Amino acid sequence: MTTVFRPYSQSDALRSDRSAGDRLRHRQKVREAIRENISDIIAEESIIGQGRDKIIKVPIRGIKEYRFVYGDNAAAVGTGEGDSQPGQVIGKTKGQKPGDGRGGDQPGVDYYETDVTLEELVDIMFEDLQLPDMERKKLREVLAERHSKRKGYRRVGVHVHMDKRRTALSRVRRRVASSRLALETVEEERRFPFHRDDITFRRLRQDVKPQSNAVVLCIMDTSGSMDTIKKYLARSFFFLLYQFVRARYTKVEVVFIAHHTRAREVSEQEFFHKGESGGTYISSGFLKALEIIQARFHPSLWNIYAFHCSDGDNFPNDNAAALKAAKELCDIANLFGYGEIKPLNSSHYEDSMLQLFKSLQAPNFHSMLIERKEDIWPSFKAFLSRERVSE
Amino acid sequence: MNRPWTISDLEYWDDKIREKVEEFGLSCFPQEFEVCDHEQMLGFMAYSGMPSHYPHWSYGKSYEKLKTLYDYGVSGLPYEMVINSNPSLAYLMRGNSFCLQLLTIAHVYGHNDFFKNNFTFRETRPELTIDHFKVRADRVRSYAEDPSIGIAKVEEVLDPAHALSFQCRRNMAIRKLSRDEQEQQAIAAAQPPPDPFHRIHKPPTYAEPDLKKIPLQPEEDILLFIRDHNPYMPEWQKDVLTIVHDEAQYFIPQIETKIMNEGWASYWHHQIMNSLELPEDLHMEFLVHHNQVVRPHPGSINPYYLGFKLWHDIRRRYDEPTPAEIEKYGEPDKSGTAQIFEVREIDRDASFLRRFLTEELMRNMDMFEYQRKGEDIVVTQVSDEEHWRHVKETLLRNVGTGTIPVIRVQDADFQHNRLLYLKHEHDGRDLQMEYAEKTLAYVYQLWGREVRLETEIQGAGYIFSYGPDGFGQQRLSKSN
Repeated sequence: MTTVFRPYSQSDALRSDRSAGDRLRHRQKVREAIRENISDIIAEESIIGQGRDKIIKVPIRGIKEYRFVYGDNAAAVGTGEGDSQPGQVIGKTKGQKPGDGRGGDQPGVDYYETDVTLEELVDIMFEDLQLPDMERKKLREVLAERHSKRKGYRRVGVHVHMDKRRTALSRVRRRVASSRLALETVEEERRFPFHRDDITFRRLRQDVKPQSNAVVLCIMDTSGSMDTIKKYLARSFFFLLYQFVRARYTKVEVVFIAHHTRAREVSEQEFFHKGESGGTYISSGFLKALEIIQARFHPSLWNIYAFHCSDGDNFPNDNAAALKAAKELCDIANLFGYGEIKPLNSSHYEDSMLQLFKSLQAPNFHSMLIERKEDIWPSFKAFLSRERVSE
Repeated sequence: MNRPWTISDLEYWDDKIREKVEEFGLSCFPQEFEVCDHEQMLGFMAYSGMPSHYPHWSYGKSYEKLKTLYDYGVSGLPYEMVINSNPSLAYLMRGNSFCLQLLTIAHVYGHNDFFKNNFTFRETRPELTIDHFKVRADRVRSYAEDPSIGIAKVEEVLDPAHALSFQCRRNMAIRKLSRDEQEQQAIAAAQPPPDPFHRIHKPPTYAEPDLKKIPLQPEEDILLFIRDHNPYMPEWQKDVLTIVHDEAQYFIPQIETKIMNEGWASYWHHQIMNSLELPEDLHMEFLVHHNQVVRPHPGSINPYYLGFKLWHDIRRRYDEPTPAEIEKYGEPDKSGTAQIFEVREIDRDASFLRRFLTEELMRNMDMFEYQRKGEDIVVTQVSDEEHWRHVKETLLRNVGTGTIPVIRVQDADFQHNRLLYLKHEHDGRDLQMEYAEKTLAYVYQLWGREVRLETEIQGAGYIFSYGPDGFGQQRLSKSN
């Protein structure tokens, strides 16, 4: 019997990422599986309203390794700590039993969950949308940040732009040069003042950076008729819109406008959680949005995405005003949408604004009916197809 | 704790360990140790320790899973990884302490001896293991790289093949009969039994056996059966099935002897390390690690723990039995050492436990049977006077390949329709429905025609089928 020891070799270790190809295939399969179930996954409450780096557990179907295995009624044997009694509950079925070092031998029950970051999930979502590549799509780029950039020096300028170091250097240079002439008197030795020619200014140039700004205006009806389910559906939609806009623009702002008969700008917290009562003037929300755009997000500088969620229960005398305001919004926004949220079966006995908005002929306007959470993804896709791309 | 070590340190101690190995009478293959880092270790684990292996996404999945568990500190890496080959190949992890290396080396010799001597490994041809895996890897790669096949199609065969790979013969001691022998048996079985009173009895009607039936006897090797009886299957697919089948065959002995094998290696590393006269700090560290390895896992079975206890107990019972034990089991007929060396050769987990797991030991380990009841896992029986046999029976059904349902091919041409008829040998444990459905779909994928599976769910007979229209199930009527 002989024994050989082979020492560790760095180069082998570097070459040995043998599972890279298989990991890649597995990753592809995970992504495929996620894409297949994307509409289920994004409708899950746990995802809505999370930060970007948040890691979410996504149950994956389709990449389990199926085998014939025994089901629930198969008994097994364990060892205890000396006090086991019949009828004692020793655990829950969820969660796995502690493993025993060398895996792979036991077929076992294969449950599978994978972790993806929200970022990744959003990527997959937008892959599913099959949007043209961002490069090819011309965004409405705006010359956003103006600031000055140094470029060279000059002899004239305003005092604040004086370059002290260069000025001092210039003086030193002149002094050295003049000493070579050896003509200096004792007085001049003591005093060697700055000359006008010494003073150097920085030359500044206006620099304009193209930047893409976007604002998402979430407008929601918070009148008494909007209950929790409706708000949840609205929230999912706003979330998607926000993620979508975020993926494409460098700077994204969100504005929440809650309205009943009057509109207010509110915080996110208030927007989703505070219920109000009273009737509905949809126009008030639109007008508020226009006002905010006017004040803070000028359309020449911002890409505007506006979306309005309501249950469509508007006061009839407001309809004309709402339509007019909606038209105005369409003119300045990249995309403007109206989602009517009516959880299943309620659409028959409540008023609807969908009819009214049909008369709004704008290419970048889309109105839709959302009845249950499964509707969100398809209607979101339809909504995005309406985007106006400016030249 | 962290004394630095070099290869020559290992070699120095390895000489001492090998002296002990020989002194104790272990008989090993030549041994090779390879020092690796944790990334490599994860890689070896994902591919069952093989230096080369064909690619499949499931290994990527298992790598990711292992790595996640390791990174989050849920589970450490095993100290040792050894594969059944000649020369035996084992990996030592660079980051492990010196003491752990010695423990691992001693442990590996235990496995090595077991691989070489246990009967279940006889047919594995260890001298060719590494080459076999390499050749199989090359074959699968060549199909994946073939422009007319490609990785996607290879996976379409590998996925179902993996699903069925352990639907094969488990007991290597039983020879598989050839078709001729099966025909002989069928003819013999059809003969009327000898009847001493045939003169006064009505002559029995002779039913001619159907020798055209395929298979004649229910067939367990499903992959091979499909390979041999699906005429439309391209050669490369048949080859892939063969590869997956052969690989499963290689692993079956390890599955069948998990408890014995781990127990044996733990038993001997314990003996060897204790006899080495280690410096005190190393010895203390060894005891800590050893207890870590062979500690019970409450609620489940730790094979290291169970095996270690049993080997100890066998030896003790043969060397110094108590009077009560002599009365119960009789006077030992050989020494403890002779007995354990014999057992390591002729038993596998099921027989090992059946023969040597005593009532006392079960009670000592507080073994119990548990079952799911809704959301809860509930203790159903404990090893008391009345029920220990029952608990033991349950344990025996859950060791080795006992956790894999037995499913046999009954008929390849059911209703003269080339319909594949499978039967699950129901032993009280129902199949998991979702998995059964999906796996049946895989069988259909390979077979290419409708597939049926006869089984029982909650006491009632069912036929699951999978065909061009998807999955179907039908309850068998009582009269059947």
